[in-house]
Amino acid sequence: MSEKVMSLKEAIEKFVFDGCHISIGGFTVNRNPMAAVYEIIRQGKKNLHLYAHSNGQGVDELIGAGCVKKVEIAYGANGRFAPVCVRFRKAVEEGKIAVEDYSNYQMTLRFLAGAMGVPFLPTRSGLGTSIVDKWTFSPQERKKDAKLPDQKLIVMENPFGSWGGATKVLLLPAIFTDVTIIHVQKADPLGTARIKGLTFADVEQAKSAKYLIVTCEELVDPAELREDPNQNQIPFFCVDAVVHVPYGAYPTACYGYYDYDPIYLNQYREWAEDEHQYKEYLNKFVYGVKEHKDLLSLVGKDRLEMIKADPRTGYAVGLKRR
Amino acid sequence: MPEYSLTEMMAVAAAREIRDGDIVFCGTGISMLAAMAAKHISAPNSVIFFETGALDSKLEEIPLTVADSRVMFWTSVNSGLADSFAVMQNRKTGKNVVAILGAAQIDKYGNLNSTAIGEYSKPRVRLPGSGGACDVASFVGRFIVFMKHRRERFVKKLDYLTSPGWLDGPGGRERAGLPEGGPSVVVTDLAIMRFDESTKEMYLAGYYPGVTPEQVLENMEFTVDVSRAREVPPPTAHELQILRERCDPQRLILR
Repeated sequence: MSEKVMSLKEAIEKFVFDGCHISIGGFTVNRNPMAAVYEIIRQGKKNLHLYAHSNGQGVDELIGAGCVKKVEIAYGANGRFAPVCVRFRKAVEEGKIAVEDYSNYQMTLRFLAGAMGVPFLPTRSGLGTSIVDKWTFSPQERKKDAKLPDQKLIVMENPFGSWGGATKVLLLPAIFTDVTIIHVQKADPLGTARIKGLTFADVEQAKSAKYLIVTCEELVDPAELREDPNQNQIPFFCVDAVVHVPYGAYPTACYGYYDYDPIYLNQYREWAEDEHQYKEYLNKFVYGVKEHKDLLSLVGKDRLEMIKADPRTGYAVGLKRR
Repeated sequence: MPEYSLTEMMAVAAAREIRDGDIVFCGTGISMLAAMAAKHISAPNSVIFFETGALDSKLEEIPLTVADSRVMFWTSVNSGLADSFAVMQNRKTGKNVVAILGAAQIDKYGNLNSTAIGEYSKPRVRLPGSGGACDVASFVGRFIVFMKHRRERFVKKLDYLTSPGWLDGPGGRERAGLPEGGPSVVVTDLAIMRFDESTKEMYLAGYYPGVTPEQVLENMEFTVDVSRAREVPPPTAHELQILRERCDPQRLILR
């Protein structure tokens, strides 16, 4: 077996450290690396600097458990499951975390710049908005921190004149994370990975990282992935840890394998509103279990059966979602 | 005349704005319903796509977020954020994109706030943030806005300008360096608002049956021209049937 294959506990111990710059894959209620998120919380990691476009559930749980100090983000909500992610909202309103706002495309370009190894990428998105004017991390604070660019962004005249039909461009600084964690459907022991369904910005995030942890539903023989390489997105040499975690995105969805769990997500939102209930939630579902499969037993077979994906559509047809 | 709910009126009003052949950028909730209804009623050749990268989804069930696995089924292409935002800027497709957005605050030029209420550095209420809304409003040919018609939502000055409308009026977008395009209509729970061609200011274009122009004005912090306002035709039996039976039989959004 490859030395990259390890337990989730080992992977988080090895690559996630207090104060590190981190991003997680997925989008709102889909393919968040939730097993890894819960393990980070269990290991009590603190002062994380988190980068996110719209990773609803994973981001909200990391913030709720007090792991995060600063977040650069586009969207803190979870669709119908949370019009605003509750712990995110509370943490910002109570001044417990500092938030720097960007848009989804801007964050995607920032990850892409990191993946490409260029200092910035331009866009026209956001010109004339408060995203340009309002900065949470001041220029002074940014100058002092070697891990932050000196500017949130820069607006300039199009250096190519009117080429491309633009008079101005907004330059976005690259993100270089210390560690990125993504959850995929299939990976092999060396790290070649395959995402089924939408990739969101996972590939860009993965390649912007110094260290990349891939958790997977199925750990497969390299031959299985090499037979149809057009379906693979992550080359093995980008990957530092491969962790086999069935239901590793639960309670978020994993296309083709299982749906999100509406019961869990709705309960989570209600518990998140109340300090006492939220503590109880953490104690029971996160600190109270040793690893992800214990959380799954706690939830029970029936619930996992309920969200099992239908092979034709990739989701649980007719799932009660109210 | 058939009975209908306000949500149904709003979904139908927005669906009527979508033209056949439009590429429709869709958010969650009622906007998804409007896009689905349009496809079944008046715009069969419209294409629904999501910022998450799902291009022309076959929505057999209503997705509850734009990353719902339901958007990934039977698409033309499943891609990612980078590709989907490129659709909005690409010279071949960008101008054909119509987007549907929502917000917490809107001003008379159709600029939107979905980031924070109160001072940004210490918000009274923290909202989700842009998501893709700022990108969409920056790029696409035209966009439809869903709003609740309340004084605290139709404000003179936004607490935070998340997504650009007509910015400060005629020529505003051009001065800022934004592409052409902008908000075309605001669909609320009372009325339909549009923007004047020359001043870019919002005006009352239509009010729902049972609503008066005065009522609309009472629910706004700023005043708008009401001289062009007409009563909006209520949803037809056909429109309601499509909405209830084809779009949301599980009643996840219609309730």
